[in-house]
Order: sequence, then C-alpha cells, then structure tokens
Amino acid sequence: MDFNDSPEEAAYRAQVRAWLEANAPRDAKGASLGDEDESQMDACKAWQATKAAAGYAQIRWPKEWGGGGGTTMQSVIFSQEEARMGVQLGGPFAIGLGMCIPTVMATADDETKKRFVGPAVRGEEIWCQLFSEPAGGSDVAAIRTRAVKDGEDWVINGQKIWTSGAHYAQYGIVLVRTDPDAVKHKGLTMFWIDMKSPGVECKTIHQMSGARGFNEVFFTDVRVKDSQRLGALHDGWNVSIITLMNERASVSGGGGAVGGGVNNILKAAQKVTGADGAPLAQDAALREKMADWYVMSEGLRFTGMRSLSALSQGKTPGPEQSISKLVYASMAQDIAATAVDLQDQFGMIRDEGVAAFHGAFQEAVLGSPGSRIAGGTDEILRNIIAERVLGLPGEIRVDKTMPFKDLPTGR
Amino acid sequence: MNFDFSDEQKALKDEARKFLAAKCPPDRVRKLMEEGSSGHDADLWAAIIEQGWTGAAIPEEHGGLGLGYLELCCIAEELGRAVAPTPFASSVYFFAESVLLAGSDAQKAAYLPKIVTGEIIGTQGSSEKVGPVTAESIDAEVSGGKLSGVKVPVMDGMIATHAVVLAKEGGKPGLFIVDLSADGVSREQLRMMDASRGAAKVSFSNVPAERLGEAGEGITLFDAVNDRAAVLMAFEQVGGADMCLEMGREYALNRFAFGRPIGGYQAIKHKLADMYCKNTLARGNAYYGAWALNTNASELPIAAAGARVSASDAYWNAAKENVQVHGGMGFTWEVDCHLHYRRSQQIGLVAGSARVWKEKLVSRIERRNAA
Repeated sequence: MDFNDSPEEAAYRAQVRAWLEANAPRDAKGASLGDEDESQMDACKAWQATKAAAGYAQIRWPKEWGGGGGTTMQSVIFSQEEARMGVQLGGPFAIGLGMCIPTVMATADDETKKRFVGPAVRGEEIWCQLFSEPAGGSDVAAIRTRAVKDGEDWVINGQKIWTSGAHYAQYGIVLVRTDPDAVKHKGLTMFWIDMKSPGVECKTIHQMSGARGFNEVFFTDVRVKDSQRLGALHDGWNVSIITLMNERASVSGGGGAVGGGVNNILKAAQKVTGADGAPLAQDAALREKMADWYVMSEGLRFTGMRSLSALSQGKTPGPEQSISKLVYASMAQDIAATAVDLQDQFGMIRDEGVAAFHGAFQEAVLGSPGSRIAGGTDEILRNIIAERVLGLPGEIRVDKTMPFKDLPTGR
Repeated sequence: MNFDFSDEQKALKDEARKFLAAKCPPDRVRKLMEEGSSGHDADLWAAIIEQGWTGAAIPEEHGGLGLGYLELCCIAEELGRAVAPTPFASSVYFFAESVLLAGSDAQKAAYLPKIVTGEIIGTQGSSEKVGPVTAESIDAEVSGGKLSGVKVPVMDGMIATHAVVLAKEGGKPGLFIVDLSADGVSREQLRMMDASRGAAKVSFSNVPAERLGEAGEGITLFDAVNDRAAVLMAFEQVGGADMCLEMGREYALNRFAFGRPIGGYQAIKHKLADMYCKNTLARGNAYYGAWALNTNASELPIAAAGARVSASDAYWNAAKENVQVHGGMGFTWEVDCHLHYRRSQQIGLVAGSARVWKEKLVSRIERRNAA
C-alpha cells in the first residue's frame, strides 16, 4: 500500500508536467460559463485546441479520432496535473466529449463521425445534451417532445429543460418521442441537431441563486433529416443509455486538497469571534461538525484513490465512487448553512462588500440545493446504489406495459 | 497509486474469514453470552493463537510473524465481522502495542513472545470514573514502585494476566506494567452491554508496577497507543458494519410485506444505500489509517482519529439500522442483529468516545495548520 506512481506513471506525469509548464495559459481563472460571463470562451477554445494538437485532449481515445491513444490512468494523471496548475478551462466541452460525441461514435455512420469528432475534440464545436423535459427529469423516458415523419424529414415540436450550454452550443443530441402508441421506453428516437436550425429557441433559466447556467430549449416545427438519426428508429432509450453510461464511466481524479474545504472553514472560524468573545473555532458543537465533515471529505478522497488504484493496476474500479455526489452535495449544503448560522444576523447579508468572507457561504446556501438535484437527485442516486450496487429490487412500475399516450400525467 | 491491500493480504483476509466462519459462528457468540461467562471463548482464543494472529505485527525477533500492520488490519476486519469474543484487541492492539511503542529491550523480550504464544493475555487499564480519561481524571498512583487505585472498566479484566495501567507517579501520569496475579490485585466481573466481551473492575493495593517509557510521559504514550489501537479497531468496525449491511440486504430481499420484498420499498432501499455510503467512507478512512500505521507516518495522529471517527459512525449507523430493517425480528435474542448492536457500542467506547475522538481530530488538524 502506497501512494506512489508506478515508474511508467511517474514518467508520464513528468512528461505532462513539463508540457504543461511550457504550454499552460498562465492567467486562466477558470470561471464557470453562464450567459452572464462568456469571457472565458476564447481561452477555453484555445486551450482545447492546444491540447488536441499535442494529443492531450481526449487521451483515452484512439489517435485516428483525434485522441491520444492512451490509458484511463494517463487521462487521470493529466487531469490531476492540469488541476494542479490551476487550469480549469474544459467546462464547455465536458458534455460534448463526455456524452454526445461518444454517442455519435457508437451509433453514427463514418461520414458523420468524421464530420463531428475532430472539431469537437479540438474545441471548435460545442455540443449540448437535450434529454430532460418539464415532465421528465428523474424519469427521463417520460419525455413528450414529438418527432413526426414528414417525407424524408422529421418535424420536432416540444420543450427541453436544464440544458447546460445550449446557448453557446453549435450542436446537440436530442431524445424525442417517435411512437406515442408504443410503451414508454420503446417509442423514443435519438437525433443530432444543429442548434441554429429554424425553430430552435433557447431561453436561460433564472435559478433561485440568481445564476443562469441552464436553458430551456423550445422546438417549433424544427426539421431534421432521417440521416441525423443516431441508432435505430424507436431505439432511442438504448442509445440514451450509451450516453449516460459514458457519463458514469468518468472516474474522478482522487485529488483535491486534504480535508476538502473543511480546513479553510476551520481557519476562518479561528478569525471570527462568538458571543462569548472566544473564536468560533472553539465552539464544541461546531468542532464536532468539523470532524464529521473532515472524515466525509477525506473518505471521498480516499475512495477516489481506491478506484484509481484499481485503474492503475489494470483492474475495473468497484462501485464505490457511486457515493460521491450523494455524500458531497448534502455535506456542502450543511457546511454552508452552519457557516451562515455562525455569523448570526450578519449571516443574512449577501452583499459581497459587507458579508463575511465576501458572501461565499450565502452563495453556497443559495446554490447548494441545485447540487442535490442536478445529474441525479439524492433519491435517484440512492435508488441506483440500492439497485445496482446492493442488488435490491426495482420499483413496481405502472408505466412498462401500457402505451405511452395512455399513461397518467398529472398536471 | 496503490491504495489497496496486496493479493497476499487479501488472501490472508479470505483465509481468516473462512477460519472464523468455522470457529466463531454467531450461535457460538450468543451461547457464550447466555452462559454469562467472562466474554471469552477459550477454544477460539487457542485456535487464533495457533494461527499466529497474535504475532502478526510483532517482529520475528520477539517471537512474532513480523508480517506487518496491513496484515493485522486484514485480521482485525474479519474479527469485527465475526463479532469474535476474544481478548485479541486488549492483548494485541493495546498491551503489545504499548510494549512495542514504549518498552525497553528487556520489556519487549519479556512480554512480546508470551503475548504471541498466549502465555500472557494483556490489557489496558485507564478509566476510573464516568467521562473521558485525562491527566486529571486518574487517581491511581504509583509510589515506590507499588500501584494503588481502581480501574473500571478493564476490558478482559477477569482473564488478563497483565495490564498496562495509566497511573500517576510523583503527580505526573505514567504507564506501568502490572502482573495481575500479584498480591493486592482484586477483580470483580462487570455486567457489560456487550456481554460477548468481558470486563472487570480491578483494584490495586500496593501492587508491584514497572514503568513503561519515560516518567511523566503517560498521557503522550497513552494517546499514541490509542491511535494505533484506533486504526486496528476501525478495521473491526468496518468489518462489522459491512456484515450489518449484508445482513440487512439479505433480509430485505427475503422478507415480504404487502406482497413484495421489503427491499423494494424506497424507505428500506435508501436506508441501506446510506449505510453503503457511510461504510464506504469509513473504509477509505480506515485504509489511510492502515497506511499511516504501517509506515509510522507523521500523519498517523490525524489518520487514526479520522479512521476512528468515520468507523465509529459507520458501525453504529449500520448496527442500529440493521435492527430496524429486520423489524420485530431484529429485536429478538435469536436473530444476530443485536450482536453487532452491542459490539458497535463496545468498540465505539473503548479507547474513548466519538466526541473525544472528534475533538482530538480537530485539534490535531489545527496543530497541523499552525505548523
């Protein structure tokens, strides 16, 4: 048991480090991209192109597709070193390269693949994933957006929601209902779509935090060709599983700071005085919570290391990483709420110039509910762990046998 | 990155699991509790000694196998899973580790080989009253090489032959080795929440005591020994917690209510998923503790406290929720849930409660941050 690289890994890390020292942009701040701030987009695209030219963009992908022809472990090492340099410019490409393009590669003809894979790897074209709908979040297969055949074309009408990056993406993959008379999972089809097609309209969603990172996407008589179909007609559910499996295949770096953010909170609490005149860091109840958060953060870090160890030895990691978001999201909310509570009446203030720690914890209180919902709610994640890891039975389903159009829908 | 046990270590763990499944089935643990004995299965203990487990981490020069702490962690996990009613923790994690850490060459030579062979069973005596053990909480005193005082509870106090006792000498705490067969030692068996682990109130009246380590270093050494024991106990806790999860899962798959397995209801599924989360976190923290213990890393104090806090939380959660998943059956004597319920309390309290370890963890992080 050790934390050391194998000789091959160490050599690769040294090579990556040298390359990053020579090539990484120095002033990269890594802001997340919402419609309020797209100032980083040029830097993101430039960095992606630089990485692609050197074979570091999609390290695990074959070289013929613009990848690096490397291993998952090499990909992880690169990400760790990139993070160590403070370079965080991959956000706009994560969905395209992590979900959409793998789906294209698994289902499209050679011509389509040749057209799209290279530009996506080089960051020239950005993709979004159009699955969720107002009536289908956790229940993805409940989507109602319709595609109706009209000659050689399909005509799409409906609405998607929670689409990250739809407002700057050039292309998307969209899951639509092509047979409402079939049972729910059998009447879906996947297409790729040009986001500039007539009838596609993006509207950003105003989140409770005030941020605008997601979109609603409306489809009004949008025409796509049958050649844009990904996979077989009415087989969209199976195609969407390819997409989502690729999302889950990503292994987190097992890196991060020791103790996550808990160290910083502890340091901050030493500088703030409580009602009794003593630093808040001496508050016994707070110290107990700090200990709980610390072992949760560290537990997640060590769990990542266990998965990496399996990868490093050419084995398949176990299911242990499935706990990560479930554990992290609630903890982050709890930390934020506790930090605000400690500030007493000042805790109400969000004003950056007046609030303690420039309002960071107030922002976290307002933003943290999203983390418990996005990418699988706490409840869905618990179902996944229970069913796929522990092998417990699925829910009794009332939607598996009757035609989709006859299913009760509520309001 | 190789943050895992080796194939050989995993094989040892498998072997230990098979051995304990044969020698220490739950019925045997329950029977031992029914007999109201001292919480000690002498036959199992003899078989464990024969396996060489007591000497897994004791160097060969002192009669051990000299394998290392990672191997001892593998054994500990299986002992915890089996709720083994033995003085293994007292003798190996507490007594032997005290001698290894602070003993002179002569003391190591005198005690360690006999721990390995089982000729002596060691334990630790620290607590005297309700609340955490501190320099201020102890009244036991050594004067002129003779110990007087009362320690309660002393785990395995009815069967132990020797104890490492925390006592004051010249007003300062020290650690002392005491032969419990000496004149002036009296023992009273205690009724324990976990009746599968015995304990005693042990009184000392002018009993010969030999100091372990430097004078006045008692609390420092006591803390260091408990850190090492905490990592090993964390593996027992992780083993027990995983067993609870397996029991709960098995029951949820086979118990039908309202026409289907209760494991199909989200109330039960989510409970078991949460158990899996806590167990996984505890395993990660325990592995880090194992690494720190095995390499004697400077991170050991934080790693040990982290392993302890996480494992105590996971085992208690798994033990109590496993009872809940089993419903009324889980509250019966015949079903095994209570074995873990009791043991999770016992391991969670020996060497200090969760709140004590949480405070240790945070103060140690503060010291690291300040350094």
